[in-house]
Amino acid sequence: MAWVWFHRFGSPPYFYRVAGLLAPWFAWPAALLCAAGLVGGLGLAPADYQQGDGFRIIYVHAPAAWLSLMVYVVMASSAAVGLIWRMTVAYAVAASCAAIGASFTALALATGMLWGRPMWGTYWEWDPRLTSELLLLFLYLGYMGLRNAIDDIGRADRASAVLATVGVVNVPIIHYSVIWWNSLHQAPSVMRFGQPTMPAAMLVPLLLMLAGFTAYFVALLLTRARGELLRRERNARWIADALGVATGKGSAC
Amino acid sequence: MSPPRVGFVGAAGALIARDLRLALRRSGDSLQPLGFFLVVSTLFPLALDPQLSLLRDVAPAALWVGALLSSLLALDLLFREDAQDGTLEQLALCGLPFQGLLLAKTAVHWLLTGLPLVLIAPLAATALGAPYEAMPGILAALLLGSLALSLIGAVGAGLTMSLKRNGSLLALLVLPLAAPVLIFGARATALAIAGESLAGPLYLLGAIAVLAATLVPWALAAAVRIGLE
Repeated sequence: MAWVWFHRFGSPPYFYRVAGLLAPWFAWPAALLCAAGLVGGLGLAPADYQQGDGFRIIYVHAPAAWLSLMVYVVMASSAAVGLIWRMTVAYAVAASCAAIGASFTALALATGMLWGRPMWGTYWEWDPRLTSELLLLFLYLGYMGLRNAIDDIGRADRASAVLATVGVVNVPIIHYSVIWWNSLHQAPSVMRFGQPTMPAAMLVPLLLMLAGFTAYFVALLLTRARGELLRRERNARWIADALGVATGKGSAC
Repeated sequence: MSPPRVGFVGAAGALIARDLRLALRRSGDSLQPLGFFLVVSTLFPLALDPQLSLLRDVAPAALWVGALLSSLLALDLLFREDAQDGTLEQLALCGLPFQGLLLAKTAVHWLLTGLPLVLIAPLAATALGAPYEAMPGILAALLLGSLALSLIGAVGAGLTMSLKRNGSLLALLVLPLAAPVLIFGARATALAIAGESLAGPLYLLGAIAVLAATLVPWALAAAVRIGLE
């Protein structure tokens, strides 16, 4: 059956074991890719003819902004999988995504503001992309707030899954509404970064950083999801087996 | 004798009539959002230099922030009492489309906060210096926008209805989702006051309202069912 792998991943002991095996295979490439990207971006890439060395913050800013959106999509998809198939593992993955996504969003906002200082002369400009990043942060905070407010973990899972699903429908609407809102107010942004004409010496480190950040996210997610599963299934028998300890409860039955 | 069977339309009508009657018996509570809207739009001129040209510039912001907050004010009670006394459970069990019944309850929220706001908006807009010719545009934008706000807000109300300490969580859930409505609504109002064509933002507001009316009932039913468990 084609779906066997899917159901197998739905089993907490199997996921716990496989995630533990996979995590280092993402963590080490992440470290190597980020190191190579930083050397290339901060050292080897030429300074921008307009922005000087100030542009180099893109090597942190762009991957963080990309991940802030991607993590939300991963979170909403696994929440939807949990809602449809009632899978503990999917809920654990969704719950682990929230804090990671919020951190990447905050990082993208902070680096965007630092970048804005030399480029626009202020830390905060109502730039459409920065503004929609801010609204995305509020979406993450709302998701985490709702989870925190509900004591029962099963209900928290399902309620926050509904919220994430509603949110993922809204994310593109919010994004484009903010872009139209701003383009109606001011002339096209100063930040017209020459995407098609970006030289390879600048582009390659950026791609390395994107890949590195993504691998870092996967490693982080697998590790956090394992922790989340341990917390949820703390009374289950397989935990004792997996950790190689004998618990009173496990051995009694 | 089997009990008389009620169709969906009859049940939804009875539900709307019941909720309206309950609201009428507590007219003080029901009028609060309207009073809140008027107070907010009065505070703007007090906080600013009351020059007509300046007021005209902030009128869209004042009207729409007021509309958004007053819609939010009544949301907390939308499902709370019915969840506590078991009414919602009966509605979920009665065999009629739950989505539709919840949509009827959301319609009552709009009738009590959105519609009065649309009716009183000319007064507030005139006080903020909007010309008479701008009224049809402002009313159309508020009509569509308040519908979308009630629908989006209902999902947040459904998700938080069974929480004891709700506080500002409902606002945190609803306000980011309502940002597009605020953007296009304020834009349409600004264009109406400037005497220009406001078709673009108005169409987008209508699209958001239609999309919300299509998708919200399902999300709302799922949220309320989780809250009832």
